[in-house]
Amino acid sequence: MNTLSSTSHDTALRSYADDDTTADALSTSTALMAVRNLHKWYSGVHALKGVSLEFKRGEVVGLLGDNGAGKSTLIKILSGVHRPDEGEILFQGRPVRIPTPKAAMQLGIETIHQNNSLVPNLSIARNLFIGREPLLFSLFGIGPMDHARMRIDAVKAIADVDLHLRSAEALLGELSGGQRQGVAIARAMHFKSKLLILDEPTNHLSVKETDKVIGFVRGLSAQGITGVFISHNLQHVFHSCDRIVAMARGEVVLDRPVAQTSIEEVTEML
Amino acid sequence: MKKLLKIYLQKPELAGIVLLAVLIGLFQVRSQMIFLSAENIRGVLGVLPEVGLVAIGVTLLMICGEFDLSVGSVFALTPMSITLLMNAGVPFWPAFFIGLVVAACVGLANGLITLVFNIPSFITTLGMLFIVRSLTVVLSGGFPPNLPIERMPAELFVSFIGPEGLFRASFLWFIAIGAAAAFLLSATNLGNWMKATGGFLEASISSGVPARRVKLFSFVLCSVLAGFAGLIQVLRLGAALPSIGDGLELQAVAAAVIGGTALSGGIGNVLGAVVGALLIRVIDNGLVLTQVDANWFKFAVGSLTIFAVVANAWMRRTARHLKVQL
Repeated sequence: MNTLSSTSHDTALRSYADDDTTADALSTSTALMAVRNLHKWYSGVHALKGVSLEFKRGEVVGLLGDNGAGKSTLIKILSGVHRPDEGEILFQGRPVRIPTPKAAMQLGIETIHQNNSLVPNLSIARNLFIGREPLLFSLFGIGPMDHARMRIDAVKAIADVDLHLRSAEALLGELSGGQRQGVAIARAMHFKSKLLILDEPTNHLSVKETDKVIGFVRGLSAQGITGVFISHNLQHVFHSCDRIVAMARGEVVLDRPVAQTSIEEVTEML
Repeated sequence: MKKLLKIYLQKPELAGIVLLAVLIGLFQVRSQMIFLSAENIRGVLGVLPEVGLVAIGVTLLMICGEFDLSVGSVFALTPMSITLLMNAGVPFWPAFFIGLVVAACVGLANGLITLVFNIPSFITTLGMLFIVRSLTVVLSGGFPPNLPIERMPAELFVSFIGPEGLFRASFLWFIAIGAAAAFLLSATNLGNWMKATGGFLEASISSGVPARRVKLFSFVLCSVLAGFAGLIQVLRLGAALPSIGDGLELQAVAAAVIGGTALSGGIGNVLGAVVGALLIRVIDNGLVLTQVDANWFKFAVGSLTIFAVVANAWMRRTARHLKVQL
């Protein structure tokens, strides 16, 4: 890939990492994000049992698994909602901790959660900027919002993902499921995510809306964005992803480029 | 036209204002034009800030999706603490400050217990209602202590000002605090977070909103406003009664709900709380002036509360079905 920048990156890493992990770090220098040996227990249930995965730059990974396989747990750890009990997370080659959703966003990890990560009683503009409102001035992080900028940026962000809404002032609760998903995607794109996690983004969507979301996922690579696409619909995943990762009982049971596996094989693994 | 109707239906406080105008007209006629006399307005506006400040705090907290039933007790505890401190020789301002800190501590306790043990704030603050009331009565020794009013700058809070002494200083405090609260809620990021926290907690957390801190802040703010309002009442009455504010928590919730605040959180505004509180005061006063048996007051407030919630739900539904261009 980009030899020059990755070389300098590796030099920086070498001084950062201690000797025995240097080789490891080098081998993952093309990975945007990697997790090593993640464990998570929920009050006695071993939800993740030593999961190790890599997400390469500009790659869309389809994450599959039955209910309770550990997909959601993994996603919640990556997006800062939960913290792992054991294991390591690397982002751009550096070990990181993701204690809060805010920390994840600051790294460039955006997540579109299963039950929609937007607030129905707020306007589209306010939803786009929630938690990251542009302020006119602030005292201890609290201050008046820059409404004008929010309105302009919101209209632009929505237009950028090819969503057609006349006003960013409408309440989110008045939008259709597909439009809401569009707003969530617009938010992720506006904040220039490096890793975009889509957790069942096509649930409750019409066929047409689903196609639009799938099309968007397929286009992520072209924009250099790494995607993690979670769905129960194997067709959708095989249509839009570069690599398939299947999980069962808290472990990764399959991790292969999409060309080297098939729906039949994955179905058997789950 | 349709758009205007939709905007109107989405703002229940506007319906409250219309109702307010109707009631004022009715009472004015039925009371032989006494209702809108300077003297009567002075009476209504003199009491309004006390209920109104509590209603504002309760509204902000309800928007965050939480309840505070202990406001009536804090309303008594803060002035009681200030009075006792002053009787022990503490000057007014330090005592005033400590009194508000006491209120803040009750709010903090409400918030921490609710969040740490993950129990409904309805229960936490119901418990606190009894605890704080009991503390107040115990502190007072069962009867009102002497209020050292000569050492208190009462004129800053309750003296009559304005044209013809139409309102008290407390009214200015009320307007200023109300305006600040309205600004906080509608124009700042914190206000955005309050609505998000009450509107859809999971989504707000996953969007990076510090929901727990937002709730804690609102619990504290609600309590402090109640304590401050209690002090105003004590200065107006000239006596630190341990029993003041009894039942005020329900009036405050009623005012919030009449003003369009949703019990489920996320929806509501400060103007609504003010209109709700004013409606309650107008009904109270109007019934007396029109020589209706005063015992009908609670009946009227109760009916209005139920009516308001039914009407608000209907208005919101109708507004949603009114398809204007998005």
